[in-house]
Amino acid sequence: MVSEIRTAENFIEKPQTLGALREEIASGRTKAADLAAGYYDRIAAINPRLNVYLSLTKERAMEQAARVDALAAKGDPLAPLSGIPVGIKDVLMMKGAPATAGSRILEGYLPPYDATAVQKLEAAGAVLLGKINCDEFAMGSSNENSAYGPVRNPVDTERVPGGSSGGSAAAVAANMAVATLGTDTGGSIRQPASFCGVVGVLPTYGRVSRYGLIAFASSLDRVGPFAANVRDAATLLGVIAGHDAKDATSLAAPVPDYAAESDKQAEGLRIGVPAEYFGEGLDPEVRAAIEKGIAALEAAGCTVKPVSLPLTKYAVPVYYLVATAEASANLARFDGVRYGYRSPDSDTLSAMYSHSRDEAFGAEVKRRILLGTYALSAGYYDAYYLKAQQVRRLLAEEYLRAFTEVDAIVSPTAPMPAFKLGEKTGDPLAMYLADIYTVTASLAGICGVTVPCGATQAGLPVGMQVLAAHLNEGTAFRVARAVEAAKL
Amino acid sequence: MTAKVTVQEVERVAELAHLKLTPEETGLMLDNLNAILDYVAELNELDTTGVTPLAQMCELGDATGSSALRADQTQPSLDRAVVMSQAPETDGAFFKVPKVIER
Repeated sequence: MVSEIRTAENFIEKPQTLGALREEIASGRTKAADLAAGYYDRIAAINPRLNVYLSLTKERAMEQAARVDALAAKGDPLAPLSGIPVGIKDVLMMKGAPATAGSRILEGYLPPYDATAVQKLEAAGAVLLGKINCDEFAMGSSNENSAYGPVRNPVDTERVPGGSSGGSAAAVAANMAVATLGTDTGGSIRQPASFCGVVGVLPTYGRVSRYGLIAFASSLDRVGPFAANVRDAATLLGVIAGHDAKDATSLAAPVPDYAAESDKQAEGLRIGVPAEYFGEGLDPEVRAAIEKGIAALEAAGCTVKPVSLPLTKYAVPVYYLVATAEASANLARFDGVRYGYRSPDSDTLSAMYSHSRDEAFGAEVKRRILLGTYALSAGYYDAYYLKAQQVRRLLAEEYLRAFTEVDAIVSPTAPMPAFKLGEKTGDPLAMYLADIYTVTASLAGICGVTVPCGATQAGLPVGMQVLAAHLNEGTAFRVARAVEAAKL
Repeated sequence: MTAKVTVQEVERVAELAHLKLTPEETGLMLDNLNAILDYVAELNELDTTGVTPLAQMCELGDATGSSALRADQTQPSLDRAVVMSQAPETDGAFFKVPKVIER
């Protein structure tokens, strides 16, 4: 539970549960149209301060709400997310609505199609409120890299919400949506969930289609949900997961009933605690909060045991080579030719490319493109990119070995709680090191959940990361529920 | 790997990446790159002889044949008019760009 905040403004508000809302709407006691209108009122009131939404999709939302209300009035059975207001991170495409990826290079761009995850939410009845602010091209850990201004943490507006899905996390924490979609490449769902005190899900790589996601690093990107509680996050995952013919990396494995899985007791599960995630650099208050969470798991009947992950320290360098290399390839398409920003007055094609990119990409994006290009360039490819991909296999194998001994691995999600705006922007390397607990799971393709696990003395949320082997999201949800139930 | 990137290398890499950096940006990037590359040099501590690079995540996650190919049949693509509506400059059918080379 987040304790009393001493700042003058407090934007924290917990959304109602999916279960409660579903009943309200099905019974007709609440009209989906009124619910959506209420959310737009709240957004109008607090978005100027928090800067969560970049654009609103009111027409589409209200049409959907009207459709839901008509079905409810007839007494027809309703799809699982009927009438539920959901926000979408601005790296996911909604047809005809702006998709900026937090960048000037896509200012004004209107996608010609919906992302599959967006389509699935809508088919399940969700009311899509609008597009949410994020770090530019999902590159960042604080939402300070957005070309449209930072998002403020609703818990303390002088602090960052985390990143890159800072807006998506903040939206749920401040009840500007009941749930949101974000993306996680190196921790971009888990870390902001931790900083804002909400639940964030990292699905197994390939579990959710990436079709319609503006790509950052194709072997790492995952689409996943934020919600105010574990069961709702599990429900959302169930809606967006599944094979998609339009994503060649999407998994064909059947989608279980994640919400039902999350209802199962955690008793008897073996929980691994890696010493490498509790060493130097971990804020003592975060450590204390996580230790309470681990104690709660023991009280719930889990067996807690140490696991050894000695390669952990290599994960950040591997990540920053692999992710930047892939990003340099994925962002090559932003060249002013077919969409997005084109620099005026270039007299050759080559000048147009470089002027457009230089004028419209932010500093962090340029830094990562340069690093990635360098790592892939002739003479350096073997030493950097190839080496990183080899170490990646070793990291993944280390995790898989650990999962033969335990069912889930728990750790802090971030080494510190939400830091102040501007605190880390001068030192890119310091910012990268904040990802230390999240990047290994990204590299290994495994799944996980961040669940609120207490707070610091100052009231800043702390999140516990629960990791499970590929396609074992159910196990992660069970453990997360047990932590949630402890109401730390 | 000796991580001492030179200004020339930053400029060459910027060229490869189609980025036009100001002298100020170049200086900053030089410092950032060197700091990051110093850090990633840690990877040399590990012996990776004979280790196959991990490039396709699917090999870890799924044994249920998601790599099956679809039938080779033409399917509709995006609506041209909608796509061209997003073009910075177009004649309706093609994207118009400045000439490729300076004569």
